[in-house]
Amino acid sequence: MTAAFDIILCLLILGTAGIALFVRDALAAIAFFIAFGNLLGLAWLGLDAVNVALAEIALGAGVTGVLLILARARLLALGDDATCADTSAWLRAGALAACAGFVLLLAAAVLSIPAESGLDRAVAPLMPGLGIENRVTGVLLAFRAYDTLLESFVLLGALVAVWSLAPAGVWPGRPADLGMADGPMRRVAGSFGRFLLPVALVMATYLVWAGSDVPGGAFQAGTVLAGGLMVSAIGGAIGLPRSDLPGLRVALVLGPLVFLLIGLAGTGFGGFLVYPQGLAKAAILAIEYSLALSIGATLALLVAGPNVIGPAGPAGGAGRNSGC
Amino acid sequence: MSWIDLAVLALLGTGLAFYGAGSLGLLRFPDTASRLHALTKADNLGLGLVALAAALHWGSLAVAAKIALVWLFAVIAAGITSQLLARQARLDGTRSHPDGDRP
Repeated sequence: MTAAFDIILCLLILGTAGIALFVRDALAAIAFFIAFGNLLGLAWLGLDAVNVALAEIALGAGVTGVLLILARARLLALGDDATCADTSAWLRAGALAACAGFVLLLAAAVLSIPAESGLDRAVAPLMPGLGIENRVTGVLLAFRAYDTLLESFVLLGALVAVWSLAPAGVWPGRPADLGMADGPMRRVAGSFGRFLLPVALVMATYLVWAGSDVPGGAFQAGTVLAGGLMVSAIGGAIGLPRSDLPGLRVALVLGPLVFLLIGLAGTGFGGFLVYPQGLAKAAILAIEYSLALSIGATLALLVAGPNVIGPAGPAGGAGRNSGC
Repeated sequence: MSWIDLAVLALLGTGLAFYGAGSLGLLRFPDTASRLHALTKADNLGLGLVALAAALHWGSLAVAAKIALVWLFAVIAAGITSQLLARQARLDGTRSHPDGDRP
């Protein structure tokens, strides 16, 4: 990429970030935040960090954007006007100082890394033992698998936190119907969802499989799956499941559980999260496929939000399980 | 400069012109229906021409097939969302909308 392209991209990133921060209207701020996330993904692509670019665009711009739009709609429904109130000058100055300090620390940390000392050199000689080619997957699922294991539990914990917001009377029920209210719109979105969900399933499977050797992996695949589930739910092509459905619970914990069990089995081969010689690729793929399913189901349910319809509530959706 | 390069340049230029016209229409047209009309030109023709340029530039059938898939999904998604936007605009036009949102 040429310097001109890089400079224009940097300016666009800074510009969209600035507008997202300073614009008063929440919807405009969200729109610029999504544009910012997509441009940031391009920047990661320019740095040859394709895995990060995929994750940034799918999670940072896509899922987070949907979550913000839904949060705004719920705030409006509650009577909040969803614009930022005036805050005191001291609070602003404090926030400015804290953010500036953090940026300086971050910049100092990044600049202190010698240009030649990427992880690549340390990781490259270790890769042949794993049987996979993608070094990012190698770091995430083998050399620093501990981090990824904890991340998968954090995501599950986030869903538990969202579910805990449900009023007592509607447990175990299901989240509010994501489907569009207007009939013709629902039918258009529904046909799109019915078309997209199988495609998303194939795409997610491919992303995990390809993730061993080229950019991809469980988080990107899970996000694609969640996207398919969300579009289908918006069109009413699938109903949101009851939160006590056994199949749903299995889908949610499958990834972290398989990860933990394989990790524990590793203690027989020399330590926690140590993969047996020759079986590393099989173990990594088993973890990644179950993680992708769990991440997809969890993200879709995070977007759907806490339960608002009780067990005896309106019979909407057949309670079909999402994702399995 | 080979003939392929010239073709890539011409396709990119034409595609970008459609994108430019579409963006201009999005900014300048008065109502949702005509703005959507402008956007679909950028989405269909603009993206199609740029995708064709990219496929020619890489010159590999596998890459071209992937680019064609990307283009196809973008066109399908654009068609669906413009239908939804147009319907919502019509609904907003026939009854007062408390939100006051204008796409």
